[in-house]
Amino acid sequence: MGIRERLSGNEAIAYAMKQINPDVMGAFPITPSTEIPQYFSAYVDNGEVDTEFIAVESEHSAMSTCIGAEAAGCRAISATSSCGLCYMTEMLYVAASDRLPITLAVSCRALSGPININNDHSDAMGVRDTGWLMLFAETNQEAYDNYLQAMRIGEAVGLPIMICQDGFITSHAIENIELVEDEKVKAFVGEYRPKHYLLNKDEPMAVGAYATPVYYMESKRQQAQAMMDAKEVIRKVGAEFGAMTGRTYGLIEEYRMEDAEEAIVIIGSSAGTAKEAVNQLRQGGKKVGLIKVRSFRPFPAEELCAALKHVKAFAVMDKDDSFNAHCGPMYAEVCAALYAAGISGPKGINYIYGLGGRDVRVESIQHVFAELEQIASTGDVGETYRYLDVRE
Amino acid sequence: MSHLAKDMTPDVKWQDITPGCNIFEGGTSQTVETGDWRTMKPVLDADKCRQCLLCVPVCPDMSIPMTEDGKRGEFNYFFCKGCGICASACPFGAITMVRDEK
Repeated sequence: MGIRERLSGNEAIAYAMKQINPDVMGAFPITPSTEIPQYFSAYVDNGEVDTEFIAVESEHSAMSTCIGAEAAGCRAISATSSCGLCYMTEMLYVAASDRLPITLAVSCRALSGPININNDHSDAMGVRDTGWLMLFAETNQEAYDNYLQAMRIGEAVGLPIMICQDGFITSHAIENIELVEDEKVKAFVGEYRPKHYLLNKDEPMAVGAYATPVYYMESKRQQAQAMMDAKEVIRKVGAEFGAMTGRTYGLIEEYRMEDAEEAIVIIGSSAGTAKEAVNQLRQGGKKVGLIKVRSFRPFPAEELCAALKHVKAFAVMDKDDSFNAHCGPMYAEVCAALYAAGISGPKGINYIYGLGGRDVRVESIQHVFAELEQIASTGDVGETYRYLDVRE
Repeated sequence: MSHLAKDMTPDVKWQDITPGCNIFEGGTSQTVETGDWRTMKPVLDADKCRQCLLCVPVCPDMSIPMTEDGKRGEFNYFFCKGCGICASACPFGAITMVRDEK
C-alpha cells in the first residue's frame, strides 16, 4: 500500500524527481512550472538527492544542458511552461533526433499574446512535432504516476519524454495523492545504462553529426520507428505500474464508452469535469461517454478508431487552436485516423475550449453533448470548427 | 549490426544507420573524401615555386603535405576542396586554379 499524502501537481512531480534521484537538472523558472525546480533545488540543497542542479540563463540553455548531460551518459531532467517551452523548441528537436531520453515536466500554459499565465495546451501542442513522447495527466496523481513511468518508456525507445499537466489547475491545486514507497520507485525506475555515451573512455563518440541528404532521411525514418515502437512500451510499462500500485495506464482511457452513442475526446484536467458531465447525463438515461487521450505522442490512432467506430457523433476538444481556419490539432489527427481506417459513420465536430484559463464547467460539457445529441438525431453536422463558451 | 563509420555507406538502410547518425569511433574524417566537393583545382608550377612554404599553413584542409626534406609536397586531392587560398597566398604565382574536369 502506498503513502497517503496531499500535494499539488508541481510538488508531486518534484517529489517523484527526488525519489528517482536523477543525475542532472538544468532549469530556468517560468510560471506555472517554477515550483518544480524550486522544490527540487531544496532537495538538492538539503542533500536529499545528489543531482547536479545547473541554474541556467534560459530555457534554450536548460535543454542544451540536458542534451549534453544525457549524451554524457546521465539521466537529465528539466521543467518548463509556455514561452519557456517555445524557447526550448530548437533544442527539443536536437534531443529527439540525437535519441536522448531526457525527461521534461511541462505545466501547460497559454502563449502570448495577449499575455496570459493560465492554462491551455498551446505550449505543448506547439511542440507536438518535435519528436518527443508526450503524456498528459488529468490529476495530480496521474502527473506523479506518469513521471515515475517516463524514464522507463523514454529509455526503452531512445526518445525524450514530456510529462504534461494543466498549469494551476493541477500544478497548484492540492489533491489527495498516493505516493509509491522510495525503494519501490527505485526498483521500478531502475538505473540508466546507455549502450553508448560520451564519458565512455573506451569508445570515443560524436553526437550531433551532420547528415548529408544521403543519410538524413534514413535517420528520420529510424526516429519515426522509435515513436511507433513506443506504443507497446507505454502499454507494458503502464501495466507493470498497475501491478505495483493498482493504477494501470494505457494510451487512452475510455470512460463509460460501452454502448455510448455520443462521445467526447479530451486531454488533461478537463476530462475530470467532463466525466462528471457524463455521469449526470447517464443518470438521465443519455448514452454518452468520454475518451481521454493520455498519450498524444505516440498518437493512439488504432485505439481511438476502436473506441469511436460505433458512436453516432463525437466532439474532439482542443484546448488550443491551430489558426488554420479549419480545426484544432487533435481533431485533425482523430479525423485522419478514422479516415485512414475507413470509418466514416460517426459524425465529428471540433471544439476549441478553455483558452487562457477560460473555465470549463460541467454545463460547458453538457452543452457539447446536447449539440452531439442533435447531430446524432438529425445527421446534420453543421459547422465543425466551433469555439466553446465564447461570448458572442 | 555494425555501428562503425566505414559501414555507414550511402546505401545503408534506415534499420542499420546509427541512431541520430552518431559516430562511435575517432578519426573518421580521414575516410571522408572532401575532394569531390571541388570545382576548381590548384595546380603547382614547380619551376616558379621557391619553397617559401607560405601555402602550407594557410590550407584549411591540410592538403599540402610536407616532405621529409622540408619541402612542400604535391596537393592531396582526396581532401583538397579547391578553395584557392593557397593560390592567393603564393607570392610567386606558382599556384594556378584551373577548372577541375572529372
